[in-house]
Amino acid sequence: MAANETTTLAALVGDNEKQIVPEWLELQKRTGVLQTGRITEAELTSQSTEFLHLLRNGLANGGVEISNTAYTPARDFLSNLSRSRALQGFSPTETATFVFSLKQPLFNWLNRDKSVTPADAAKIIWAVTILLDGLGLLTFDTFQKSREEVILRQQREITELSTPVVKLWQGVLALPVIGTLDSERTQVVMENLLQHIVDESAEIAIIDITGVPTVDTLTAQHLLKTVSAARLMGADCIISGIRPQIAQTIVHLGVDLNVVSKATLADAFAVALRRTNRAVVKLKTAKTYNGQPKAPAEGGE
Amino acid sequence: MDRIPILKLGDALLVTIQVDMHDRLATALEEDLTTKIVDFGAKGVLIDISALEIVDSFIGRMLDNIAAVSRILDADTVVVGMRPAVAITLVELGLSLSGVKTALNVERGMALIKSRLEEFDADDED
Repeated sequence: MAANETTTLAALVGDNEKQIVPEWLELQKRTGVLQTGRITEAELTSQSTEFLHLLRNGLANGGVEISNTAYTPARDFLSNLSRSRALQGFSPTETATFVFSLKQPLFNWLNRDKSVTPADAAKIIWAVTILLDGLGLLTFDTFQKSREEVILRQQREITELSTPVVKLWQGVLALPVIGTLDSERTQVVMENLLQHIVDESAEIAIIDITGVPTVDTLTAQHLLKTVSAARLMGADCIISGIRPQIAQTIVHLGVDLNVVSKATLADAFAVALRRTNRAVVKLKTAKTYNGQPKAPAEGGE
Repeated sequence: MDRIPILKLGDALLVTIQVDMHDRLATALEEDLTTKIVDFGAKGVLIDISALEIVDSFIGRMLDNIAAVSRILDADTVVVGMRPAVAITLVELGLSLSGVKTALNVERGMALIKSRLEEFDADDED
């Protein structure tokens, strides 16, 4: 039954391919897809022609189920199209219109065909609706997935970008954390820091959380984990840059940080220097850049 | 059965774990080490795990146990050379080895033990 309807349709599409395409294109253009400048008319024409051709092949053998293998080329083509459109920045409507606007020309040609009885026509229309709706949903799925992939990739890039480990001095590392610390990010940060501790054989690591907007129990726990891991490797951790609100939050949450913490990175660095038996001292004689002592007449002191 | 060698270095014992630990080996090491600490009157135990790539909760607990036993026998335990992956695993397992001292490499671990031994000498002189 269903196979008959689709074969009739396949014949109809095959006979009138040349006329259906322009009608379809006209409908697509009405949505303003060409005005965005993301696609040229020639591209749109070739895409439409190719898809209609693949769809006709599917219709000839595949019935109304789009999961049928006969539709595989058409499905693949549509997936690729949706993916590339998602990446090009098409709106969901513009992308879905590609398939849904095909209905009208198909129905029009069905009406013009006098050999089809009204009862058969109704059946065919139902078959076409099921098919094109299925394909439309597929378009949406792919579109959504491609968008999510883009977001995921960006997330990964942000994670990598924003966790540099800085060497402040021989044996002293700093880790300025910017943004919220979630589990996944903490993992990257932790691995990064520990690897640098090994590479630089650092004794002290300063974790600066000036750029962390909020600290909840989970973030605090992640911080503590990092500190514990660093301690297991034989390096001490200092946490710096805790802002007043965050300090209050930590106390209100009842989290026991139990690590050395300093208000600013500078304070933490001073502690680190003291622990490694170093000190920053002010030079007694002011010197000019070429190393010559300043003449007393010029010197302000 | 193979055993992990325990070397005497002055007043300290040096254990270098070069093979992957299995549970029997770990138990044997714990026993051997306890005996040696008593025999030599060691004041420090240095465990180098820089070659240890895989660690489980049993090994983690063993390290904790060794540290606890050593403390009772008046010896300090220093674990040195832990790899980042191992450190992360132990933390995730909830074993922060709070009773164990740590150092980045054997050299620094030895310095840590020596500084403690010097304290002892100073006490003896008093």
